[in-house]
Amino acid sequence: MLMYTLRRVLHMVPVFFGATLLVYFLVFATGDPIAALSGGKPMSDAVEATLRAQYNLDQPFWVQYGIYLKNLLTLDLGTTFSGQSVNDVVARAMPVTARLAVMALAIEAIFGVVFGVFAGLRKGGIFDSTVLVLSLVVISVPTFVLGFVFQFVFGVKLDWTSPTVGPDAGWGDLILPATVLGLVSLAYVIRLSRTQIAENLSADFVRTASAKGLTRGRVVLVHVLRNSLIPVITFLGADLGMLMGGAIVTEGVFNVPGIGKVLFDAIKIGESPTVVAVVSVMVLVFVVANLAVDLLYALLDPRIRYA
Amino acid sequence: MEMQNKNEQPLLDMRDVEITFNTANGPVKAVRGANLSVMQGESVAIVGESGSGKSTIALAAMGLLARNGKVTGGQILFDGKDYAAASDKEFRHIRGDQIGMVPQDPMSNLNPVWKIGFQVKETLKANGLGGGDMNKKVAEALENAGLPDAERRAGQYPHEFSGGMRQRALISIGLSCRPRLLVADEPTSALDVTVQRQILDHLDNMTAELGTAVLFITHDLGLAAERAEKVVVMYKGQVVESGPAIDLLRNPQHPYTKRLIDSAPSLSSHRMENEAAAQKSASGTDNVLEIENLTKVFKIREKGLKKSDFLAVDDVSFNVRRGTTTAVVGESGSGKSTVAKMVLNLLEPTSGTIRFDGEDMGRLSEKELFRFRRRVQPIFQDPYGSLDPMYSIFRTIEQPLKIHGIGDARSRQNKVKELLEHVSMPASTMHRFPNELSGGQRQRIAIARALALEPEVIICDEAVSALDVLVQAQVLELLNKLQAELGLSYLFITHDLAVVRQIADDVVVMKDGQLVESGKTDDIFATPQTEYTSNLLDAIPGGQLLV
Repeated sequence: MLMYTLRRVLHMVPVFFGATLLVYFLVFATGDPIAALSGGKPMSDAVEATLRAQYNLDQPFWVQYGIYLKNLLTLDLGTTFSGQSVNDVVARAMPVTARLAVMALAIEAIFGVVFGVFAGLRKGGIFDSTVLVLSLVVISVPTFVLGFVFQFVFGVKLDWTSPTVGPDAGWGDLILPATVLGLVSLAYVIRLSRTQIAENLSADFVRTASAKGLTRGRVVLVHVLRNSLIPVITFLGADLGMLMGGAIVTEGVFNVPGIGKVLFDAIKIGESPTVVAVVSVMVLVFVVANLAVDLLYALLDPRIRYA
Repeated sequence: MEMQNKNEQPLLDMRDVEITFNTANGPVKAVRGANLSVMQGESVAIVGESGSGKSTIALAAMGLLARNGKVTGGQILFDGKDYAAASDKEFRHIRGDQIGMVPQDPMSNLNPVWKIGFQVKETLKANGLGGGDMNKKVAEALENAGLPDAERRAGQYPHEFSGGMRQRALISIGLSCRPRLLVADEPTSALDVTVQRQILDHLDNMTAELGTAVLFITHDLGLAAERAEKVVVMYKGQVVESGPAIDLLRNPQHPYTKRLIDSAPSLSSHRMENEAAAQKSASGTDNVLEIENLTKVFKIREKGLKKSDFLAVDDVSFNVRRGTTTAVVGESGSGKSTVAKMVLNLLEPTSGTIRFDGEDMGRLSEKELFRFRRRVQPIFQDPYGSLDPMYSIFRTIEQPLKIHGIGDARSRQNKVKELLEHVSMPASTMHRFPNELSGGQRQRIAIARALALEPEVIICDEAVSALDVLVQAQVLELLNKLQAELGLSYLFITHDLAVVRQIADDVVVMKDGQLVESGKTDDIFATPQTEYTSNLLDAIPGGQLLV
């Protein structure tokens, strides 16, 4: 297990460097952030030179990347065009996104597994068919449509909750966006658990378990459920990484002041340092989440540990 | 035993049992009015090919039919009570402590995510044998099934066990609650012959000691006759014949039983007739393949980052004479398949030479290799996996011709027809797809594909191991016929010595990567020189019955 962990951690290194290099290259080397900063208006050479020096844009690409990496590793994400520390911006937005992600994950995990398991146990039944059709609908409708519909129905018409989220973004405010965010993955979780359950139900070792004289309940709980949930749990883990990266569309629709919204605003005004900094944080979060999934997988499935 | 139970009621009595499966194509009757009984302590074997309903009827006795299967007629009396329409709950009372099961495939019948000990323990608990020092009870159960070092082994996961050890674990589960009847569904067909014998011997001893009745399911009549007092032959869902094992073997009544006896590899004692091959084998020094000091080392990762060498094939030398069959036998892990892969040039030897028709294959250029591939063709074990499911039979057989640029569209079509005829398949087969064919038919297609390029040598890697005995006999006959007609040379990789006796002129015995013994088939079978070979020979089921 120790070697396995070590190997997984080592795998993170090239992924991290590769991803940051790519992001840095795409954002800085393929556009002129200073032009974006000035909004296309003329600027004196002296001012431009100062700005370039401030963002190290007068240096060759590799030196720029090196400085950026150094700053990143010392947890200095730089400043925005308006002079705020990106660290502060991220520190404000991250907890909101984290709250949203955890709520969305809870929704998809609980409902997804419960619906999926019942559908799988009675494959081909009415419940199964209904769930399948509904999940297909959810998968095929784009998030922003779902978002607006929910906003309109539950926020405006029924007035159960506020249609948009305030600057403090409390748990109650986030229920609606979290539901929308969780719904799409929920559909996948249902389908994944359903197929896993149905497949494992006809596995040889399940029949053998019945032959031992175990009760039906124990066969399902101990032999079907645990085996079936391994891929589901790893899917959920990977999904948490995605959700923590911020849901640009959902946060946009509900005006959630999370990391997705910060990124979206930065992209809109071409604020390259913020974009790179935020994306780097997302890469880090994603890589760590994936590591967690790999380790979790090994913990749940003994075959992986020794592979 | 038989006498003493004469007046008792049978432990298991199945009367006019009919079992129906609901499939997409409507209901299918898998068992049609079958009768079968097992007395206390008696061992009964059900013999038949796949699809004969032999497993289905046994599973029905435990209420373990697949969800679309149902007992639609007759009675299933266990200890006098009818279970034909019993609920899962009623069956639960007899599963485990009244009827135990040892399933067919040790690889898929243990739950991979639970420790072996846990899987034994829950069996004991479910049948009211919980409490006290469970770890000790578990270790005892495993030890009784012949698992060494049981206490430590109980803490391991199934994937840390070999196939034989897993089957022992399953036997210990099946017998842990001292059932009165044990259903053993081909309990060793997935194992090496020598392991097979150990396990069956052990199972015999255990059930004799405990007085357990055994319902033994197998496709091998030799095995059935050797292991059971009574044999029941099933064919297409019906019991066609039953009786004491020896009587049935000596004096079969039903034509199907006769065919089974004729084709049981374990009961035949001679090579299939093939004069040409016999002559060449006797006289020839004309070697089509010469293998010299062949060695293959694999690097395997140990714990951590360390790598170690694994000697899969260790300095092996032998020849294949033109127009004859050389069999390479050994248990799994003996390196026999690695040899085949190297001869096919799918794997590079670490050292040593393979000469094909006098030419060193290691020195062939890309172009020469391409030509070489035409002359040596493989047939693999799994006819389900080796044919592309998306390719029609025509496309499968035509493809090698196309790749090697032979003929035009029309001549290729004629060639495919001709090849199908060679393997006794109708020409109309070419528009069909692999999933529409049976295992034996697919293997015929694989043979036709191998023959398309008119090769000189065919490497058969366990080519008949996955087939039922009757089908196996047909495929072997086909291979033999083709050898006589076309002068083919076969390198036949197999773990089954019974098959070797039917088809091979020469035998090479391998163990742990090394060549243990080689020589003429008749000599090796008559006077094996090493203990290993004689063990292998002794392990052929039904071998003793001939004497």
